[in-house]
Amino acid sequence: MPLGLLKYALSKEHPAPRFFRDCTEPKKSYDAVIIGGGGHGLAAAYYLAKDFGITNVAVLEKGYIGGGNTGRNTTIVRSNYLTPEGVNFYDASVKMYEDLSQELDLNLFYSTRGHFTLAHTDSAMRTMRWRAEVNKHVGVESRVVGPDEISQACPQLDISCSGQAPIQGALYHAPGSVARHDAVAWGYAKEADRMGVEIFQSTEVTGIDVKSGKVVGVNTSKGYIETNRVLSAVAGFTPRITEMVDIETPIVIHPLQACVSEPMKPWLDTILVSGSLHVYVSQSSRGELVMGSSLDPYEMHSTRSSLDFVEGLTSHIVDMFPFLSNVKVVRQWAGMADLTPDFAPIMGKTPVEGFYLDAGWGTWGFKATPISGKTMAETMARDIAPDLIEPFRLTRFEDYELTGEKGAASVGH
Amino acid sequence: MSEFTYGGEYRDMPDPDTCTDKEWAAYVHYRNGAPGLKKEWWYHGPSGTWFIAERDTMTDKISRTYIAGQEEAK
Repeated sequence: MPLGLLKYALSKEHPAPRFFRDCTEPKKSYDAVIIGGGGHGLAAAYYLAKDFGITNVAVLEKGYIGGGNTGRNTTIVRSNYLTPEGVNFYDASVKMYEDLSQELDLNLFYSTRGHFTLAHTDSAMRTMRWRAEVNKHVGVESRVVGPDEISQACPQLDISCSGQAPIQGALYHAPGSVARHDAVAWGYAKEADRMGVEIFQSTEVTGIDVKSGKVVGVNTSKGYIETNRVLSAVAGFTPRITEMVDIETPIVIHPLQACVSEPMKPWLDTILVSGSLHVYVSQSSRGELVMGSSLDPYEMHSTRSSLDFVEGLTSHIVDMFPFLSNVKVVRQWAGMADLTPDFAPIMGKTPVEGFYLDAGWGTWGFKATPISGKTMAETMARDIAPDLIEPFRLTRFEDYELTGEKGAASVGH
Repeated sequence: MSEFTYGGEYRDMPDPDTCTDKEWAAYVHYRNGAPGLKKEWWYHGPSGTWFIAERDTMTDKISRTYIAGQEEAK
């Protein structure tokens, strides 16, 4: 026990240490303004301060820190993507995550579990082999395994899936991990704040002031702020922000739902994903099964939950694990996923000078938090996007140079 | 939810012979993703009917439905 705790035993005061200051009044101007206090926005603020010494930065969050998709995802971190560009990018993120608890001096409960993407059909096996070969080529630890190895790693799994969809094999990705997702936002907020970044919660951006093609400021619910650099890192709210600066993107919003079971003793060591059954599942550090499925099938700007989702998902979970039939779902929720046609993000500069975009994170944003923060900070500081995110530039759609990652989405969305 | 299938926003196609490459790329890729009242294609499975629904993508309220081209007849 740290000795520092002893003094609280003798004191009547028990002040909870705050992770960051409670900023309320923004200054007149900042060197950079970041819209969105989720993992991505806070990470960008942290790396702007740490890597480039730019500390006169305001992070504006409409709700509360980490209350958006950072706190709504199913916390899986992996790099077993389909394109070499994607694999390189997400691999850099996994490597940063591995040391992140140390760097942020906060336990993120980062837990490397191994990640199995189950294949129930010949065509799924072909995709797994393709991904495995691309991964190996780039130096990422992925390989195709057979049913025996899957059973060894997860003996509770019914390999025949109740006879509905027998498992033929899987893509095994050893570095696959889970982490405490909101702690990632808190950790970045804490360290960014320590270096001078100001974080404003309950502060909504209502407009972006652009003069002769350049950003000059933002209108907020707490007044006007002068700045010539703005980063939009708002996930499901992206179309509302790009509308303010009159930029066209392919992004559409669909809800993505998830749920957790009641807590159980630890039994599921690995992360399991099934594209055919539209399921991904892992067991959290407090024993709940964290479960997710495909996107809701139509566009909507809402975080409502549906019975359809829980019924569909749990019926497939019971196909995989018949003994769970009496386990209860205790909580369900949804996030607003900002989808792109090629299932890759949109990162970097835009036609408006000083307006930077970190968007199109659909269902794959949490795993990219550290690397997106680092590369967007570099883009903002130097006004040049690093090579690593060049394949994700907004102009790729006009150039017909898409970065097709749909085959690496965890489930067939 | 399973009786009806979403078919995307109703959009006018530019003439591929006369539009610029940029206009065509925008038609192929870009979407109006901001929330609001939209005209959308929907499919009713049991009757095999494609129709237009005017739906608010923020509230999920449908204000009108009609067969494409028969808007006035309604």
